[in-house]
Amino acid sequence: MSLVMPAPDSRVLDRRAAIVAALCAIVPGEGVIDEPRRLKVYESDGLTAYRQPPMVVVLPETVEQVSAVLAYCHAHGIRVVPRGAGTSLSGGALPLVDAVLLGMAKFNRILSVDYADRVAVVQPGVTNLAVTEAVSPRGFYYAPDPSSQIACTIGGNVAENSGGVHCLKYGLTTNNVLALQVVLIDGTVLRLGGGHLDAAGLDLVGLMVGSEGLLGVVTEVTVRILPRPETARALLIGFATVEGAGQCVADVIGAGIVPAGMEMMDRPAIHAAEAFVHAGYPLDVEALLIVELDGPAAECDHLVGEIAAIATRNGATTCRAAADEAERMRFWAGRKAAFPAVGRLAPDYYCMDGTIPRRRLPEVLARMRVLSEDYGLGVANVFHAGDGNLHPLILYDANRPGELARAEAFGADILRLCVEVGGVLTGEHGVGVEKRELMPVMFAAADLDQQLRVKAAFDPPSLLNPGKMFPLLHRCAEQGRVHIHGGALPHPDLPRF
Amino acid sequence: MQPRDEGDVAEAIAQARAAGTRLELRGGGSKADIGRATGCAVLDLSALIGVVDYDPAELVLTVRPGTPLAEVEALVASQGQMLAFEPFDHGPIFGRPAGAATIGGVIAAGVSGSRRLTAGGVRDHLLGLHGVNGRGETFVAGAKVVKNVTGYDLPKLACGSWGRLLAMTEVTLKVLPRGRTSASIAVEGLDPAAACAAMAAVLGSAADVQAAAHRPAGEGPALTVVRLEGFGPSVAARTATVAALWHDLAPRSLDEARADRFWQDLRDLAPLGQGTLWRINTPPSAGPAVVAALNPARWLFDWAGGLTWLTADDACAVRAAAEAAGGHAMLVRGGAALRQATPALHPLAPQVAALEARVRAAFDPDGVFDTGRFTHAD
Ligand SMILES: Cc1cc2nc3c(=O)[nH]c(=O)nc-3n(C[C@H](O)[C@H](O)[C@H](O)COP(=O)(O)OP(=O)(O)OC[C@H]3O[C@@H](n4cnc5c(N)ncnc54)[C@H](O)[C@@H]3O)c2cc1C
Repeated sequence: MSLVMPAPDSRVLDRRAAIVAALCAIVPGEGVIDEPRRLKVYESDGLTAYRQPPMVVVLPETVEQVSAVLAYCHAHGIRVVPRGAGTSLSGGALPLVDAVLLGMAKFNRILSVDYADRVAVVQPGVTNLAVTEAVSPRGFYYAPDPSSQIACTIGGNVAENSGGVHCLKYGLTTNNVLALQVVLIDGTVLRLGGGHLDAAGLDLVGLMVGSEGLLGVVTEVTVRILPRPETARALLIGFATVEGAGQCVADVIGAGIVPAGMEMMDRPAIHAAEAFVHAGYPLDVEALLIVELDGPAAECDHLVGEIAAIATRNGATTCRAAADEAERMRFWAGRKAAFPAVGRLAPDYYCMDGTIPRRRLPEVLARMRVLSEDYGLGVANVFHAGDGNLHPLILYDANRPGELARAEAFGADILRLCVEVGGVLTGEHGVGVEKRELMPVMFAAADLDQQLRVKAAFDPPSLLNPGKMFPLLHRCAEQGRVHIHGGALPHPDLPRF
Repeated sequence: MQPRDEGDVAEAIAQARAAGTRLELRGGGSKADIGRATGCAVLDLSALIGVVDYDPAELVLTVRPGTPLAEVEALVASQGQMLAFEPFDHGPIFGRPAGAATIGGVIAAGVSGSRRLTAGGVRDHLLGLHGVNGRGETFVAGAKVVKNVTGYDLPKLACGSWGRLLAMTEVTLKVLPRGRTSASIAVEGLDPAAACAAMAAVLGSAADVQAAAHRPAGEGPALTVVRLEGFGPSVAARTATVAALWHDLAPRSLDEARADRFWQDLRDLAPLGQGTLWRINTPPSAGPAVVAALNPARWLFDWAGGLTWLTADDACAVRAAAEAAGGHAMLVRGGAALRQATPALHPLAPQVAALEARVRAAFDPDGVFDTGRFTHAD
């Protein structure tokens, strides 16, 4: 592994056997895993380029056990990495060689559903889709819908503030969570928020969501559920230029329409998807939009007409409204298969996740093409066009020496470009280990210091998920008062520990 | 002290820190009568005004926090957009004209109106900020795009912080298209429980209402009202859905003037008169229990019952009723003696309070903003 992680604590490693025994006493039975063969299962998450088996895995079943495990680790200075389903694309759940991996998979129960108040109380190991499945017989669903929803857990969603194709209209995780039960590193169990809107004091629920497992372990989540819209309609719109597609998106929003989903693909992504699933995508276009509307049939019909007119005004070369549900699903099939489809073009691909102001899209794509030539690596783009969240997929072959490093450098350049045009490093996948060294591109030292102080308010010894989100160099800087100015790293050529 | 720019703000806070004095942050002063009098120096942020950037197609607006709320709302309305959380001006609640409220004050006080039920609150629309912490250091949090998960979501902490963490010097908000048409449908004569059940039935349907509120009998009969916004054909179809759901309750559409008055009354709280005023957040179905426990002379439900405004003088009883209902109660308006004795913000569970105190210290280690105006633990 080329990645630099916090230096292992030899005092912890030396006591491994005692630690395993202590954990077995807290979580009896099958709850502790320490055989190397079985630890390997946990060695990476969705960012598979990085692997590191943990020192030991513990799978608690009760809040009391979580609290006791954390209190024990706190008392003995042992690092802890929380984990849901391990689908993080930023290495958020990457283990450490000297850390306890705290797997939340056994917290897999839906505790209650209240249809009058439209909330469900669930344990963090419940998958995202299972929440929707539990409430769908009554015509409800849980709105945030990451593509990984069959596998990823609500706890992981809370930690990453995950989104999905419908989040322009229905919000990210943070907009759909009312309350949390959280265990702090010292074992303190807290209830934050409630079944009501808005906190009595500071919005600590809002702070916890998106905190990437660095502030506390989530043991219970209260989410809002929504009644399913009556109908959904989709349009498939092709453009000869990216500019045309971008202007169409801006004009749809300008016309006061907030579609349920608005997805864009560039030429390489369109071709890959079409070859893979035969969705009926036009191949002679530079950009393809899928616009989905939901609500009463009368609303969808009205807006399909409006959007078709806007598309035509912006020079759409094709514009089709799905005639029926089967065709709507076909429109989506290509988009939903875009990642695996692109995956067929090269042995490996690397998925990026920046957000840009939408108006800068043509320029960003043009500069990405230049970078693609410079690095000698292909790139295909899928784009949550409504909210400016760009997913460039970089194609590479990990078996060719140096190509992974080149793909990572290319990815970092794309994210720098996103920040340069006024955007951000990550729209929904989180910083994790992947983007932590880029944080100074977006935040000055004072900004990061403020975030680190908040971290210290929750976890003074910094035992929870260390090595994630913050640049390791910066963490040293906190202690040694080295300053990073204007986002520029001093001595960029020196190794960082 | 009236700083002109971020540099002045930082200097004023750094000086207060060095001198060991405390600062009360103020925008337009429309909420100056909330909380107890502290005698602390006021840092007046109302000169930090102006629009920094507004691109309607990006759904993003960046303004300085002293900009009057009315100006911000007029600006976005001119582009057919809105602040979807429906902020309002506290002036009329304190018997003063509207107009003083600033956007920074709205954010710091977490002021969301009726549409908060379905569109989210201030917390769901503040994307980023520039601010000065209690150390007198300027910093940036969040960003200027609608979708961002880079780093901790510190803007969430600013919403409803009541000036206890930082002084905002620039804020970036998500804006949304304003519904082209609106309809309000009412039923008369429901008791609190029946009203909440009727509102829950609509919210659990595909009618996609934006707001739901209830006003008990007073000058007229009790009125339970839902508001639908959107494109004409959509509002017409959803109105029919509500009418069908409420078939047995004899629903009728309010004409525009009556509808406007109903929602305006809910913002100004005119029907509540001038007594000691509380704002109680609970699960929607628990609203009737709060009313039953306190039997207040005057009250209103917003947020389908999840927000109860009421007048009552017994602070202990109000707080107990709110807690029993799974919620919390804020003292919004009251006599000076009551406000001196009763913290405006609902006291937190001890361990949550301890964490909150550590988070506050992370922004403000020397307590420059700990004026004790809103909580008495300081
Ligand atoms: C094919 C694929 C498609 C994806 N599509 C999307 C998408 O559309 N949108 C999107 O936003 N993301 C997407 N993701 C990313 C990923 O699925 C999400 O980030 C998801 O929320 C991670 O959930 P998880 O249960 O797998 O968490 P993990 O990967 O196990 O952990 C993620 C982070 O959460 C922390 N964590 C987990 N559980 C807890 C807990 N109980 N308490 C505290 N911290 C905890 C971990 O420490 C880690 O930092 C995709 C991933 C894949 C592989």
